[in-house]
Amino acid sequence: MTAPRIYKTTGIVLRQRRLGEADKIITLFTPNLGKLDAVAKGVRRPKSKLAGHVEPLTYTTFMLAKGRDLDIVTQAQMLDASLPLREDLERTGRALYVAELVDRFTPERQENYPVFRLLLETLRRLASEQDLDIILRFFEMRLLDHLGYRPQLEACVNCGGALEPVTNAWSVEAGGVLCPACARNAPLSHPLTVNALKMMRLLQKGDFAAVARVKTAPVLEAELERHLREYLIYVLERDIRSAHFLDTLRRTGGVARQS
Amino acid sequence: MSQTAPSAAMPVSRLIEAFNKLPGIGPKSAQRLTYYLLRAPQEEAQALAQAILEVKEKIILCSVCQNITDADPCSICQDGQRDRTKICVVEEPLDILALERTGSYKGLYHVLHGVISPMDGIGPDELKVRELLARLKIGDVQEVIMATNPNLEGEATAMYLTRLIAPLGIRVTRLARGLPVGADLEYADDVTLARALEGRQEV
Repeated sequence: MTAPRIYKTTGIVLRQRRLGEADKIITLFTPNLGKLDAVAKGVRRPKSKLAGHVEPLTYTTFMLAKGRDLDIVTQAQMLDASLPLREDLERTGRALYVAELVDRFTPERQENYPVFRLLLETLRRLASEQDLDIILRFFEMRLLDHLGYRPQLEACVNCGGALEPVTNAWSVEAGGVLCPACARNAPLSHPLTVNALKMMRLLQKGDFAAVARVKTAPVLEAELERHLREYLIYVLERDIRSAHFLDTLRRTGGVARQS
Repeated sequence: MSQTAPSAAMPVSRLIEAFNKLPGIGPKSAQRLTYYLLRAPQEEAQALAQAILEVKEKIILCSVCQNITDADPCSICQDGQRDRTKICVVEEPLDILALERTGSYKGLYHVLHGVISPMDGIGPDELKVRELLARLKIGDVQEVIMATNPNLEGEATAMYLTRLIAPLGIRVTRLARGLPVGADLEYADDVTLARALEGRQEV
């Protein structure tokens, strides 16, 4: 028996690219098929029935038809428009950052249900919670976990010795934390404060509710963001583009959040 | 692309390749256009070549609204009949043509030449945002109309600009979002329907 020509899947739209006159290629992340590209025909025309259902960051049910090269979207029905994500720039920017990371980190058509769940939960949190940055840190740490890049936080990566409650070092080359003695031979490492290490461990092992309960000072938040971003860029071997937009938002922020 | 018409004479295959680079033109269309021009009268080919050159030589960006123009400032910015207290912000020059066709807008424009797209590395610095803010600071503009496309990136751009413009004390409005004329309610997506409900009007 041959595989059916038309199949159904849910998926979260990560991004879109223009194709030809009126079409777009959409990249979706599905629970059972991983990341895949599909052609949405005619979505750049105003009367397109598909257009609204395949916007980035929507959670949608798709009917896809096997194509010669790319599969083609035949029907789409949005499950969750995540409206709040679209109406607040701070939320939109962070959601796009999340989408970019998932897109960059995952290979095509390789099932990874934990990543799908993490993505869906993260987008829902970004749509509803107030402390947005800690959602991103949690997402980053868990994404690394699910993809096999879990940083070593329990012992010194180099000598295996126990980590004392002092300022240790964060080394992306080593893949985790170095004790002060080993850090002396690692010129590219950065100081890692005791609180940052504790928080990282919680991000790696705790559930989100536990993470969200912790009150973090802005200095600590900045340190966590710096370390994790450095780690992600090191693993990806490329820049994270939407991170620049988050930086821009921060510079122009402070102005009352308005829609 | 270099495998097009290997047997054709050099100038011919060069033209085919040139056409092939244009958006929406595949190898076959490129060949058809080339052979059409080969058989067309000399003047027609001349006129086409001239038109292409002129577009590249004479068209510049208007120093005020950043629209493409052959005179600076462009004809819209120079027009004394237009309402100088309103600026309509659009993504591309083609959007101005669409808005002008309606005949119902008499204000000025500002072309961003793109839209904020964080994943493609396009931020406000890659757009004509600075030019817009400069216009708002000196002019007597009372209203800025956000006419970016109603998709995620267009919305993000509109929100970002709103954030920059609001402190200047200028009214910022957004084009209404809702159902297109001739649409089917049952196929409308949730976002569009929600916005259409929000923006409903007394009949």
